[in-house]
Amino acid sequence: MAKFRKERKGGQQKLNTSSLPDIVFMLLFFFMVATSMKEVTMQVKIKSPEATEVTKLEQKSLVSYVYVGVPLSSKKYGSEPRIQLNDSFATVDDIENYILQEREGMKEADRPKMTVSIKADADVQMGTITDIKQALRKAQALKISYSARKAQ
Amino acid sequence: MAKKETPELNASSLADIAFLLLIFFLVATTMSTDTGLARMLPPIMPNTEDDAPPIKERNVFTVLLNFKNQLLVEGEWLDVKDLRSKAKEFIANPGNLETLPEKTDTEVEFFGTYPVSKGVISLQNDRGSTYQAYLEVQNELQAAYNELREELAKSKFRKSYDDCSEDEQKAIKVIYPQRISEAEPKNYKK
Repeated sequence: MAKFRKERKGGQQKLNTSSLPDIVFMLLFFFMVATSMKEVTMQVKIKSPEATEVTKLEQKSLVSYVYVGVPLSSKKYGSEPRIQLNDSFATVDDIENYILQEREGMKEADRPKMTVSIKADADVQMGTITDIKQALRKAQALKISYSARKAQ
Repeated sequence: MAKKETPELNASSLADIAFLLLIFFLVATTMSTDTGLARMLPPIMPNTEDDAPPIKERNVFTVLLNFKNQLLVEGEWLDVKDLRSKAKEFIANPGNLETLPEKTDTEVEFFGTYPVSKGVISLQNDRGSTYQAYLEVQNELQAAYNELREELAKSKFRKSYDDCSEDEQKAIKVIYPQRISEAEPKNYKK
């Protein structure tokens, strides 16, 4: 078996790689901070409508989501648009409780800044959305955002 | 004193471990931030009928959306494409027309006394219209406001609205406040 020779005879200088972990760690920390791991498993199919005047939703911790769309497993749940809150299906009556719960989980100072993002499929009928809006008004969650993709 | 040299720790595998973690987070990251059209819902009032001051007809820009996704704007059929220019004309009322909203002189920073329009856009939709059509209308109305603000910023401050300072943006917002009222849903009897 070949042995590693310790001394080099006029070979190339060894590159000092001791700062490599530092660089990698820096990148690592960046991604750890930028990552948002909490994503719900989608139960409904959503193809967001497109719009040109969209604004970004700052601070994810202040945003609660209401999903509306046709269930992915339409054999089981039918093809009528359904509302999804967190990981499960819900009805319009559940929204008020959901908002109260979300609000409880926030810091006192952040509560007025709470935003509800309505993520609905482009083909959903407005009746459902109107009902959701009424429920949100009842729950005093007045800051909303109609989720849309930026049109290219 | 004799100094004992401390043996160096072999740290070459540290980079491997860090890389492993880095790749994991790279894959698991979703950078996409949610985008959307921001709106404020009106709070629920117990009895609005009595105390709400009546709004003059000329100050209201009614937009109706029916279940076939057709638009009725101020009593006329309109295509979504033409909504933006029509809304801009209504909000700005450049010719001070009788039929378009009246203006009140308001003290605004940077601008001095400026006639501010009292116009309100009222949007009503049928329960059968699609979300896509509704959002298109909302988008056009938003675009009308954004374009007016942009034009004002260009003519007054010689720069884009986005580049204006916070105070300047605030002043422009006083002149063109975004007033889109999403009307109370009506109970249609079937």
